[in-house]
Amino acid sequence: MRGILNKQLTQRIIFMLLAYAIVQLLVSTNIINAYLQATLVTICINIILAVSLNLITGFTGQFSLGHAGFMSIGAYTCALITMRVPTIAGFLAGVLMGAVMAALVGFLVGLPTLRLRGDYLAIATLGMSEIIRIVFINLDSITNGAAGLNDIPRFVNWPWLYVFVAGTILLIRNLLKSSHGRACIAIREDEIAAEAMGINTTKYKVLAFIIGAFCAGIAGALYSSYFYYIKPDLFGFLKSVDILVIVVLGGLGSISGSVLAAVLLAVVSTYFQSFPEIRMILYALILVIIMIFRPQGLLGSKEISISMFNRMGKLFAFGKGEK
Amino acid sequence: MEQLIQQIINGISLGSIYALIALGYTMVYGIIKLINFAHCDIYMIGAYIGYVCMSKLGLGFLPSLLASMLFCTVLGITIERIAYRPLRNATRIAALITAIGVSLFLEYTTMFFASANVRTYPSMTGFMAKTYKIGDIVISTQQILIAVITVILMVLLQVIVKKTKIGKAMRAVSMDKDAAELMGINVDTTISFTFALGSALAGAAGILVGIYYNSINPLMGVLPGLKAFVAAVFGGIGIIPGAMLGGYVIGIIEVFVSGYGYSMYRDAVVFAILILILIVRPAGLLGKNTGEKV
Repeated sequence: MRGILNKQLTQRIIFMLLAYAIVQLLVSTNIINAYLQATLVTICINIILAVSLNLITGFTGQFSLGHAGFMSIGAYTCALITMRVPTIAGFLAGVLMGAVMAALVGFLVGLPTLRLRGDYLAIATLGMSEIIRIVFINLDSITNGAAGLNDIPRFVNWPWLYVFVAGTILLIRNLLKSSHGRACIAIREDEIAAEAMGINTTKYKVLAFIIGAFCAGIAGALYSSYFYYIKPDLFGFLKSVDILVIVVLGGLGSISGSVLAAVLLAVVSTYFQSFPEIRMILYALILVIIMIFRPQGLLGSKEISISMFNRMGKLFAFGKGEK
Repeated sequence: MEQLIQQIINGISLGSIYALIALGYTMVYGIIKLINFAHCDIYMIGAYIGYVCMSKLGLGFLPSLLASMLFCTVLGITIERIAYRPLRNATRIAALITAIGVSLFLEYTTMFFASANVRTYPSMTGFMAKTYKIGDIVISTQQILIAVITVILMVLLQVIVKKTKIGKAMRAVSMDKDAAELMGINVDTTISFTFALGSALAGAAGILVGIYYNSINPLMGVLPGLKAFVAAVFGGIGIIPGAMLGGYVIGIIEVFVSGYGYSMYRDAVVFAILILILIVRPAGLLGKNTGEKV
């Protein structure tokens, strides 16, 4: 038994290093040029956002439409810190502070609103993120209002991106394997039954919310650091919908699904970059068609895993996500 | 004092529009428990149809109003049939994502055909452009028109819902779909009819906004849509008089907040009210709290 576990672990580590090395090679040989690099960064940020929203919506079953709000807090905090301390230490402090601030707001908002259920919670989180956006627009002296912040120093590169993406995925994956994660999944399956089993539902819902917001803060910080420029309107309702779409497309309750969908959507949207209207029409149509014909998303609640590659030589692995 | 009355009058005009949109949200939510995000875009399409009728075809206001209501009715039924009906038994989140998808589809299709530019309604002439002064209070014909048409439509809606057979069916389906079906009610037709009613009201709201604010664009529905939804929640979602009350209250609050110098915060205030209501009284002002049965 120990031998198998060790083998799995080594395989995972090798896979992770390989993923890093391949992209690093592509970047340094300039096959991923500056233009494609922007897509790469978008993919990475979307992965972090989608995986963290999946924790809230997919695993804990709490429907949130306000993820962009948390992202904006991370983005603004990091931008303001790195603009004053333009060093790598400042950047890291910015990412950390951004994540902590987002988590704090997640906690403050989560505590009262998480007593709501289903659609009501969705609307409350939507309202919350709109309020955050409007506050950023009106804090002229700090955030430069609707015009946004310019010339944010860029520190994000592939190694940092990799650290944060892998860190987020590992954090959430390991959380879900722990008793806390099991409690979250129990809440999704049946809140009343979970409560009857002695799970403190409010505690775990708030926990999922805080961790989700924390990761969204990281994503926002990375965004502001890579793209130089942020404004409140970037983090509106549409952004929250974008993230939710990735999660639902990949499958609620599937981390690998979120990763897959983030890559897929970024590739499609890069391909249609020059026709913005047609791109959005197609995006909308795909959304509706997938929901009608495959409402559980591409992977459902299943996961792709390395051990399944070994065992079956097949692409899709079953039974890892839910047991 | 005059300023206060003036603000209330302006608030009623805005509130009427919110109320008309909120009615569609609340009826659809009441009957299939779906936040129909596409509803705000039906309102936008209504405004565009009104624009085409009035400035391209040269029709008068009332024919344009009817045309836009008719078109939106057909659109609403079509959307329900194509996009929502296959998802009748799917999860709530799947239905909600579909609604968002339909909403994006309508917005960007309009943008594709009519361009993203702001269009202006033809300026009103004759009695439509008149304003009336009582002391320092100014009322325009448009404001009277909005208030009157809204009241007429609401009374009509109440008559349909309370007095007709199909209205009875609507109430029955929203109470218990399965039981209604067992009683021989055609649930699909009833749901289609609900969408038709809601969409017609949204179409009317669209053209009224067009003549009131003059400018329309493909994304004009998003924010009023959200606020109308807030209004529906405020009054108690699924309750028709609640949506009317909520619409007026939200409209008046918004006008007051911007009238007293905080116009930048008017949207934030609306959403803050939403969160407050959800925390204090999630069933809404006119709603009843119901416990969950295990």
